[in-house]
Amino acid sequence: MNYVWAFVVGGLICVAGQLLIDLTKLTPARILVIFVVSGVVLSAIGVWEKLVDFAGAGATVPILGFGHILAQGVEKAVAQSGFVGIFTGGMTACSGGVTASLMFALIASALTKSKSQS
Amino acid sequence: MRTNKKQYDRMVKGASPKSKVAKNCVWAFVVGGSFCVLGQILTEVYAEYMHFSLGDARQLASITLVGLSALLTAAGWYNRLARRAGAGTLVPITGFANAVVSPAIEFSTEGFVTGVASRMFVIAGPVIVYGTLASVAYGVILYVRARFGI
Repeated sequence: MNYVWAFVVGGLICVAGQLLIDLTKLTPARILVIFVVSGVVLSAIGVWEKLVDFAGAGATVPILGFGHILAQGVEKAVAQSGFVGIFTGGMTACSGGVTASLMFALIASALTKSKSQS
Repeated sequence: MRTNKKQYDRMVKGASPKSKVAKNCVWAFVVGGSFCVLGQILTEVYAEYMHFSLGDARQLASITLVGLSALLTAAGWYNRLARRAGAGTLVPITGFANAVVSPAIEFSTEGFVTGVASRMFVIAGPVIVYGTLASVAYGVILYVRARFGI
């Protein structure tokens, strides 16, 4: 059942993104920004945690889940270290995915020839 | 026959943008959903068979998907899939990774500093900036509520 809900919920979130692509003039970069900020907001109002309990990776894998991680991080950090946590929480929590992206990007670009001829 | 053809053309014109959107949505649903299922499988493998905490297992699943996306991007397959799957390849964390890896590879001819390292943030940069600032805004609210009991 876990897999079914992960598929359905994750798929529907992607359909929402597809509708933004097809029906608006938003660029992919803007859509990603909107989704991340929405993820922070949805997590702050308690919606996303419930969806994660229900759909697992269907809610954590979409970029909205990235916003959820940021919001959770700042919750934990403010609870632990107060004022400083406002600044440290988000980046600490999302560092895994970001660092992995940077590292793999560097490795990939070192090992791959650029295909752009222009 | 002529009016029929005209009518038919009009029908095609009326119907095709919508059906194209529907087709795109099906692609996005299936491909995006599949990435999430893969994420779910990875999470469960890390949590149940390798005994990571659920939080760590989710992080590791994301990192694995990022690595997979980098591999597929370097091979040129991810961007080929993205042409069909649209948001199905954009919205999952693999899309974020693709947005980092793809320009890094493309601009590697401009060197590792001004090419690779700066271009990898073309899309990821705004995502990180506004995501982090949204978390800061939420942090301020949390702090004020905890401090002043509002």
